[in-house]
Amino acid sequence: MQTEPVQIIRRNGKSAFPASPVGFDEKLQANNLELISAKVDTLQVNVGKLCNQACKHCHVDASPTRTEIMSRPVIEACLNALRKYKIPTLDITGGAPELIPDFRYFVTEARKIGAKIIVRHNLTVMFEPNQTDLPEFFAENRVEVISSLPYFLQQQTDAQRGAGVFDKSVEAIKRLNVVGYGVEGSGLILNLVYNPVGAFLPPAQSQIETDFRRELKTRYNLFFNNLFTITNVPVARFLDYLRRSGNEEKYMRKLVGAFNPATVENLMCRNLISIDWTGKLYDCDFNQMLELSVSGDLPRTIFDFDLKQFANRRIATANHCFGCTAGSGSSCGGAVAS
Amino acid sequence: MHYYNEEDLARFGEIGKSRPDLFEKFMAWYQACQEDGALSKREKALIGLAVSVVVQCPYCIDAYTQSSLENGSNQEQMTEAIHLASAIRGGASLIHGIQSHNAHDKISM
Repeated sequence: MQTEPVQIIRRNGKSAFPASPVGFDEKLQANNLELISAKVDTLQVNVGKLCNQACKHCHVDASPTRTEIMSRPVIEACLNALRKYKIPTLDITGGAPELIPDFRYFVTEARKIGAKIIVRHNLTVMFEPNQTDLPEFFAENRVEVISSLPYFLQQQTDAQRGAGVFDKSVEAIKRLNVVGYGVEGSGLILNLVYNPVGAFLPPAQSQIETDFRRELKTRYNLFFNNLFTITNVPVARFLDYLRRSGNEEKYMRKLVGAFNPATVENLMCRNLISIDWTGKLYDCDFNQMLELSVSGDLPRTIFDFDLKQFANRRIATANHCFGCTAGSGSSCGGAVAS
Repeated sequence: MHYYNEEDLARFGEIGKSRPDLFEKFMAWYQACQEDGALSKREKALIGLAVSVVVQCPYCIDAYTQSSLENGSNQEQMTEAIHLASAIRGGASLIHGIQSHNAHDKISM
């Protein structure tokens, strides 16, 4: 069954969805697959679009000029859901989540509930005013830190994330290492994220992880736990880039051609609920940016969230979903199939 | 007007309309060569890129540039592979200078 976007949003006068030679739902059907959710084990909360960076591939369109941030009542509703349904993991993302006034409140309260807390931390925000103690704050709250570092060299990293980002990222990882992040035996987890700096698929996760471990240790004496490979999903700024560079059609053909049925079972949308800065509910952070709401008659906001209604729901899909099913697959936790 | 069209790469299979048996054999051989073996996919992609540049096949250059990136190589590594292949090609030309020297010596006093 074709999922119809609730609202067809547009981007620079064109569809916000990528054009594809084959529809995603059509591809699922051809492989006798359905995308149905399993047990929700993660509340992924996007606390807003404010960021100290403006990366060229950002699917959130985040930047220092954005003003959309999560308010205390929405945070309270997320905490209530965590508490009431004993959802094991809170995954906080943005923008740069640390920049919203209630970020530390959110983390410390979630910690009291006993949830595992993941923060998608961009590293450079550590050098913004009043943020220099972030490594200590993360450590005190046993936060799992996941940070993007698209490559172990300056050229590629700065090309995607902005001039000067690489040097600051190296310094930030050093500071995280000092408090124990990424250091064996500390129990403090620092995972890095590789994503391609352009219109191509990521390499095998284990292979590029080995490269990162060797190069970051040799060149800068840096340590981390795991490296996740993430495919660039063709939405927002990355879709703009594909169109600007004349790569949309070729990239979509590549994603469709690399469709791997084995990825579907482990797609992240099957186990999480995504919440936007206003409290609206989505199947994933990409759907959130496309305003592709949860399908059916499900509650639409965290204020009337009911966990049992979200198990076995049909995931809302569109052509951007090919980004998560290509090759070894892609999720916020990296590859999903070998 | 130019002879090479990027879109033609996707039409490669049309070669198999005539003598499909030969094309199938070629494809099986070609694909088997790409797999991990005693050499990794990454090493093979870099070899493919170097050879592509030397044989000056624009389709192969596109394909192996992409393949090298997707196997984790960076531009510096790819450029080294291209230099090596080009240097061998240059050297292969230069060594023929000995032919010239030999010819020169044979007819000179």
